[in-house]
Amino acid sequence: MTLTAADFSYVVALVRREAAIVLGPGKEYLVEARLLPVAREVGLGGVGELVAQLQRRPDPSVQGRVVDALTTNETSWFRDREPFTALTDAVLPQLVQARAATRRLRVWSAACSSGQEPYGLAMTLERALPAGWSYEIVASDISAEMVERARAGCYSQLEVNRGLPANLLVEYFERVGAHWRVNATLRRSVAFQRLNLAAPLPPMAPFDLVFLRNVLIYFDIETKRSVLRNVGRLMRPDALLFLGAAETTIGVDDSYDRVPAGRASAYRLRTSAPVGVAGKG
Amino acid sequence: MRLILRRILTQIGFEVLEAEDGQVALDMLARMDEPPELATVDWNMPNMNGLEFVTAVRKEARLRDMALMMVTTESEHNQIVRALAAGAHEYVIKPFTAVAIADKLALLGLVPNGATL
Repeated sequence: MTLTAADFSYVVALVRREAAIVLGPGKEYLVEARLLPVAREVGLGGVGELVAQLQRRPDPSVQGRVVDALTTNETSWFRDREPFTALTDAVLPQLVQARAATRRLRVWSAACSSGQEPYGLAMTLERALPAGWSYEIVASDISAEMVERARAGCYSQLEVNRGLPANLLVEYFERVGAHWRVNATLRRSVAFQRLNLAAPLPPMAPFDLVFLRNVLIYFDIETKRSVLRNVGRLMRPDALLFLGAAETTIGVDDSYDRVPAGRASAYRLRTSAPVGVAGKG
Repeated sequence: MRLILRRILTQIGFEVLEAEDGQVALDMLARMDEPPELATVDWNMPNMNGLEFVTAVRKEARLRDMALMMVTTESEHNQIVRALAAGAHEYVIKPFTAVAIADKLALLGLVPNGATL
């Protein structure tokens, strides 16, 4: 735990001032867990550094991210948007050509949390793939509780307000009491399982797309390397790996090349022979 | 609720004008040289409700670029379908958070200059 009492007090005061939220004692773990990604996103090593920077140079946008990270409990749909737009605009059209013989795709959402990512991928694929194509999405998370939640596919009103376009809400969800549940189309497209990325991975058929977003930041460098190596073994040679907005394989694992994917970045296994990249082949 | 929405939108960087019902809003819009970028619309209002307002706005070519976002407690599946069919671009179910509003604005491509969402 790198959070000092003074750091915690600073954060408590900030959140109270900006969002009228009271963080009581005992919430240090929450501050540490929620703010570490924010620290990484702004290029700092830890929460202590983040607090120090905010005290030296109060920056409203960084303060805003801190407040958001501590006050929002809901995961957003289509988080960061660009990877999903990239699928529709650039990646899927290419894959449709590359897989014309089989007309099926396998996708892995490798830190699926409460399910917004795999169901979001399902909606994207449903709309972008031509008729006659099939796809399967494997969604996994280390938390059995999260997997159960995600499998149930039931979201509160607050959760469906987060980044889910209204037209997709009405097309793919059903009202169930005060909640919204994914419909049969989405449910049958995603298979959930519990899986620990830091442990040896179970054998799985290779994937065409892997989303490994915002989970590597929680691992040390050695574990990051082994995760990327193990994930790479489950990717087809031309498959694409998507990481979180502030994450990269550069400096961690040189068996990947960064390739443009629409306006996002993705990673492809480096091979000895030249591989057709976006726009060529 | 109108105050909270006003505060959120102001913090994001919008200048906010208010109308208490659809008819007042239409009158205000008619007097403007340039329509606003966004109208947030409740469903239940006297004189002209949200659905009627959306329908009326979508009939006017000069208001074509104004985004219409329902912000309402009405949350039945068929109501959302009707609102979208009438021409609403987005739909926020109350209660909402500031972040949710910001997310929806991003979906609509509405980020005022310099604002961070």
